[in-house]
Amino acid sequence: MSGTEFNWFKYSSPQAFHPLAGRLIPWFAAAAVGLIVVGLYVGFFIAPTDVTQGDAYRIIFVHVPAAWMSMFLYVIMAIWAGLGLGLNARPSFMMAQAIAPTGAMFTFLALFTGSMWGKPTWGAWWVWDARLTSELILLFQYIGIILLRSSIDDLRRADRASAVLALVGVINVPIIYFSVRWWNTLHQGASVSITAAPTMAGTMVTAMLVMMVGFWMYSIAVTLARMRCVIVERERQPSWGKQASIPDVAEAR
Amino acid sequence: MSQPSMSEALRGVIRRDLLLAMRRRSDVAMSVFFVVIVASLFPLGVGPEPAVLKVIASGVLWVTALLACLLSLGRLFTADYLDGVLEQMLLIPQPLAVLVVGKVFAHWVISGLPVVLLSPLLGLQFGLTGDSLGVLTLSLLLGTPTLSMIGAIGAALTLGLRGSGLLVALLVLPLFIPVLIFGASAVTNSLAGIGSEANLSLLGACFLLSLAFAPWATAVALRIALD
Repeated sequence: MSGTEFNWFKYSSPQAFHPLAGRLIPWFAAAAVGLIVVGLYVGFFIAPTDVTQGDAYRIIFVHVPAAWMSMFLYVIMAIWAGLGLGLNARPSFMMAQAIAPTGAMFTFLALFTGSMWGKPTWGAWWVWDARLTSELILLFQYIGIILLRSSIDDLRRADRASAVLALVGVINVPIIYFSVRWWNTLHQGASVSITAAPTMAGTMVTAMLVMMVGFWMYSIAVTLARMRCVIVERERQPSWGKQASIPDVAEAR
Repeated sequence: MSQPSMSEALRGVIRRDLLLAMRRRSDVAMSVFFVVIVASLFPLGVGPEPAVLKVIASGVLWVTALLACLLSLGRLFTADYLDGVLEQMLLIPQPLAVLVVGKVFAHWVISGLPVVLLSPLLGLQFGLTGDSLGVLTLSLLLGTPTLSMIGAIGAALTLGLRGSGLLVALLVLPLFIPVLIFGASAVTNSLAGIGSEANLSLLGACFLLSLAFAPWATAVALRIALD
């Protein structure tokens, strides 16, 4: 393949993407399972107990990566949505559609684990702090995008309308990220940063980063799987259903 | 025949929408009475303790303003959508975003401005006095146009959908939250004697930001809806 022309745009066609996604899913899924198991093991059994918070802090290994993913996935979804609007490309909209539920799931997970962490450390399940509130808004945004899409019957309009909504909501992502710096909040500031030395033990950082990559792999695997469903659902055309050997489509014929 | 300039088009849209509203004054009266009634429900529900009312005043009045804006969003584009005027607007050579600014401004004059003008009175009902009354009015004056701007995006996205009234609430309310927070805490801070300049500045910033982006997003959404 070295230097020869390889047409990447080939995979911008749903018909070509469907089998590719099918081949990629097992790899990403296996990587996700492996990394998450390792990350949880290091986090729960090897990482040292925190001096001030005891063992309660260990939820961090799920909470922080989930919160990161909730924001990352939103931005990625918005990028796909923007690409879809700009290039008028259906597969981009499909990607945005496929990412949204996973993003909503991670947002919920971040909020849920956060409240589990908040109870022992702050003494409350929920506080109306800037970061919690903005993360909650993010969840509402994900839900709004999913609801808007599902309440429009015309696919083309559903794609484009939810893309506009996704792009409008991007403004919330920097607000979440910087909320702990802009406002004096109960939520602690970032413990991990690229530029500064981490304020935690090395094993903790390792476990968190492993979990992070694991969540990435999970997101990719699930998004690809959902993408396949979306493709089958939308491209219900007998012309290529058989070639792509999708049982549903072949039967629906 | 020379084309009307952009500002002429803007003025034309504003004049038309205001005129239409004046022909149907009951619509305007409805949002005013809605605000009055909702705001009056809280002292009845929470109890008439002056200390409590003073604390919740800013939040209650702001949420009321939010709901009033939300409920009137249906009127923003629907009538024009149904009788085909909106399609004609899409064909006008002037940028659609400019016409959207005109429509949103008219919408604010009809549904937001009455709330702003009424707010000192409502504030008195809740026991606010002096400075905090002024801050409440000022915060609503700065904040309600932003609400109309953001609301227009939601109204355009849900144009002509079934159950659009509920859907627009779900889409738009999360985006209203920052305005609500800054507006309500401006009043709370002035009550606490901290000074409300920071929050008022943030409200102003929100307004400028929404003025820059919302009409454009609304125009895109309208084109999608009428595609």
